[in-house]
Amino acid sequence: MKTKRKGWFATAILTIVAVFYVSPLLIVLMNSFKKKAFINLEPFKLPSEKTWIGGENYANAINDYGFLKAVLWTLVITVGSVVVILICTSMFAWFITRVNNRTTRGLYTLCVFSMVVPFQMVMFTLSLVTDRLRLNTPWGLIIIYLGFGAGLAVFMFCGFVKSIPIEIEEAAMIDGCSPLRTFFSVVLPIMKPTYISVGILETMWIWNDFLLPYLTLDLNKFSTISIVIQRMQGSYGRVDMGAIMASLVLAVIPIIIFYLSCQKYIIKGVAAGAVKG
Amino acid sequence: MYYLNFKPEADAAWQELAKAYTAETGVEVKVQTAASGQYEATLMSEIAKTEAPTLFQVNGPVGLKNWRDYCYDLTGSKIAGELSSDDFALMDGGEMPGIAYVIETYGIIVNTKLLGDAGYTLDDIKSFADLKKVAEDITARSGELGFSAFTSAGMDGSSDWRFKTHLANLPIYFEYEADGIGDTEAIKGTYLDNYRAVWDLYINNCTCAPTLLSAKTGDDSVAEFVTEQAVFYQNGTWAYGDVADVGDENLGMLPIYIGVGDEANQGLCTGTENYWCVNKNAAPEDIQATLDFMYWCVTSETGLDYMCSGDEGKMGFVIPFKGNLESTNALVNIANDYVAQGKTSIKWCFPTMPSEEWKNVLGSALTTYAADQTDANWETVRAAFVDNWAKEKANPTV
Amino acid sequence: MEKSIKRYFPVFLGPTFLAFIIGFIVPFIMGLYLSLCDFRAVTDAKFVGLSNFARAFQDAEFLHAFLFTAAFTAVTVVLINVIAFAVAMVLTQNIPGTNIFRTTFFMPNLIGGIVLGYIWQLIFNGVLARYDLALKISAKYGFWGLVIVLCWQQIGYMMIIYIAGLQSIPGDLNEAAQIDGANAWQRLWNVTIPNMMPSITICTFLTLTNGFKLFDQNLSLTAGEPMKQTEGLALNIFNTFYTRVGWQGVGQAKAVVFFILVVGLGLLQLRMTRSKEVQQ
Repeated sequence: MKTKRKGWFATAILTIVAVFYVSPLLIVLMNSFKKKAFINLEPFKLPSEKTWIGGENYANAINDYGFLKAVLWTLVITVGSVVVILICTSMFAWFITRVNNRTTRGLYTLCVFSMVVPFQMVMFTLSLVTDRLRLNTPWGLIIIYLGFGAGLAVFMFCGFVKSIPIEIEEAAMIDGCSPLRTFFSVVLPIMKPTYISVGILETMWIWNDFLLPYLTLDLNKFSTISIVIQRMQGSYGRVDMGAIMASLVLAVIPIIIFYLSCQKYIIKGVAAGAVKG
Repeated sequence: MYYLNFKPEADAAWQELAKAYTAETGVEVKVQTAASGQYEATLMSEIAKTEAPTLFQVNGPVGLKNWRDYCYDLTGSKIAGELSSDDFALMDGGEMPGIAYVIETYGIIVNTKLLGDAGYTLDDIKSFADLKKVAEDITARSGELGFSAFTSAGMDGSSDWRFKTHLANLPIYFEYEADGIGDTEAIKGTYLDNYRAVWDLYINNCTCAPTLLSAKTGDDSVAEFVTEQAVFYQNGTWAYGDVADVGDENLGMLPIYIGVGDEANQGLCTGTENYWCVNKNAAPEDIQATLDFMYWCVTSETGLDYMCSGDEGKMGFVIPFKGNLESTNALVNIANDYVAQGKTSIKWCFPTMPSEEWKNVLGSALTTYAADQTDANWETVRAAFVDNWAKEKANPTV
Repeated sequence: MEKSIKRYFPVFLGPTFLAFIIGFIVPFIMGLYLSLCDFRAVTDAKFVGLSNFARAFQDAEFLHAFLFTAAFTAVTVVLINVIAFAVAMVLTQNIPGTNIFRTTFFMPNLIGGIVLGYIWQLIFNGVLARYDLALKISAKYGFWGLVIVLCWQQIGYMMIIYIAGLQSIPGDLNEAAQIDGANAWQRLWNVTIPNMMPSITICTFLTLTNGFKLFDQNLSLTAGEPMKQTEGLALNIFNTFYTRVGWQGVGQAKAVVFFILVVGLGLLQLRMTRSKEVQQ
């Protein structure tokens, strides 16, 4: 009885905290329906008849700032990169774990090393390389993300491959499967949980990334959500708070949908990724 | 060809003009506009690319120093022949690396109707002392009048150049005049006290508390001006599109008096910091296409209309070319009147400011001072103005 | 088996390795080289030896950025870990609503740094405006603003890791300690925390590097204002590079210093916590 009451007490406190936790998002949502001149003046007031503007901020964000196009490109870059990273790096990781020699050990060390290198170290030269090789498109960016994001993925996959008993693969090979078939029909299914973990970590990173696409994409033709929002701050000689609020809401909505629909996997993935890492 | 545009307020017009050119000639023109205060940074990253800008701009001799190696010599080009005066060519060592394409004027834009409501006319303001008296009187009665003297001196990146660059031009100009020079390695800051006085006036007689200025944007200032919350708004002819809603008959302009020199004959601040440069490293056919485009802009009917007309969606420029059209920009006409009355225009000296860095540091210092107006904080402004000038001028450039 | 796999190396290694060369190895090596050069666009690079490093260390703003980042990281590492650990402890007690709380606290983590920065800028400026203040007028507000933003973002993430760690501690350990007469506090210090060292290592490591590498939030929330007082290392490097003509080499040199710092700190931290694990 006593512990139960204590439990409800904790629940009450956490509920208050949780409300505070989501309030910034609700405040932004609320302001996205106000006229732009009133957003900075009274951010915590509910829209009144005088300040209400309806969906116009959203229309501006979409029409004037090309927001939907940015969402689309962000989606292309994220999905493309994550799929390519998952397939390529898991193959890479399996290979360097199963073939144990000086070269593969060297490759592993190199990958771990690349994980800790801060982006600023390569930002300028990377933007140069992508430009020279004409990789400054969303499609080219997939290759860049594969290269720059390989470290973490290889590291996590290697950790998992080590725990797979080699006998299963050997049995498949003896049955006449080529290494490729063995990988795709035997190894890949076993690694499903790791795919989910790695996929989620990479998705969170790439979807939200700002600096890498900002410096490498051809901004005349393409942009991402983060880039559009950053550019709204003064790039046009003016700051349209209304459109910014609407964009913030539009940027957060897909994330929340994604999160609520795969919540179980995301939380498991993070926990698993961390334990391995 | 690819034009990296400097002026955010003209972005939409340039995009339209580029489309019109493509429709007329079939030549593809790409226009990109750098974020306010980010031109050098954007140019730096763009020029290293394979598809580098073929047309870019520098702000004058100081900017030219950084980009000299990229500038095609415009001597003898068709566009150079269109200049209304050779003064508008940027010369360097017998070559012509840049050509001015717009002449602009700034001062204090006034809502004369509100000024009348407060019981004054433009003729009442002939000096800094007058301006201060009127502004402080409006502030004292702002409750009753329902408006303030100045729009908020927003120090957000979209608006801070009005003060860290344009307002800072005045103490520099008067110091250059007093010393009979046009540029210096070490500024003395002779008129910094006047700069402080005018800054104090701006920030303490505006629509909001001075502590809030760091978050105020250019949009806020415009909104305050057109919704009749303030009488004075420091900006220039390029802002006509923003303030036209007030009505031409209610618009006036005042020189920025800071209490120095012959105030009775002081005019507005006129000049340019916009010089076109053609990228020497572009392919020869791209250079030619770029030159053709520039020529078309300042000679063809469509081009001139876009550049000179004050209509919505046009640039409303005064251009230093023979084809310049009579302006429908009310602010430009006010500026012309000042010249006709024989007032002495204040030259634009800010192209001689050492670097973007210098302006940024000064801007931050002004913001900090606005929030807490102590002598110690003004000392920071002074250091940013004087000490940092020498430091930035001494910076090695490649 | 190894032999037959080996022949397939172009398929297995090729794509990743190629991308790795383009996306990491070449830029990294070029970056190292350029830190020794004076350049604007790479084509005009001139070798100047270590003078970029000398200029970097003479740059008072760089030093300030380092101190700012160090202070910021220290504060956030402690705050995030302590709070996340405490919340994880509460959320493993089977109290009503655990799942909803876990979902709520984790959510901000999925929102990008740029978006987060602008969301909070509105909130902070709104609150401060009531006292006629604004976020960008004092480094104090900027610093604590960034701390709040980072806590808001990362507590949920670390909480998840701590929950996983707590759930993997065998329940009978605690029971045994309870029977031996240990009170809750003693159990926390003598049973729970030693068993949680792997999770604590990971979370400390993550928060440490996240604090050091902070960029997006810094750019969007304060952009270094006022007077570069709230400029962290990563932002300082970016600004040196992209807003100051003639400073590109110095920017690259700063990036090398930054890289060495991050790697060094990571190694040191890993060694320290790992050795503690063994001890206990």
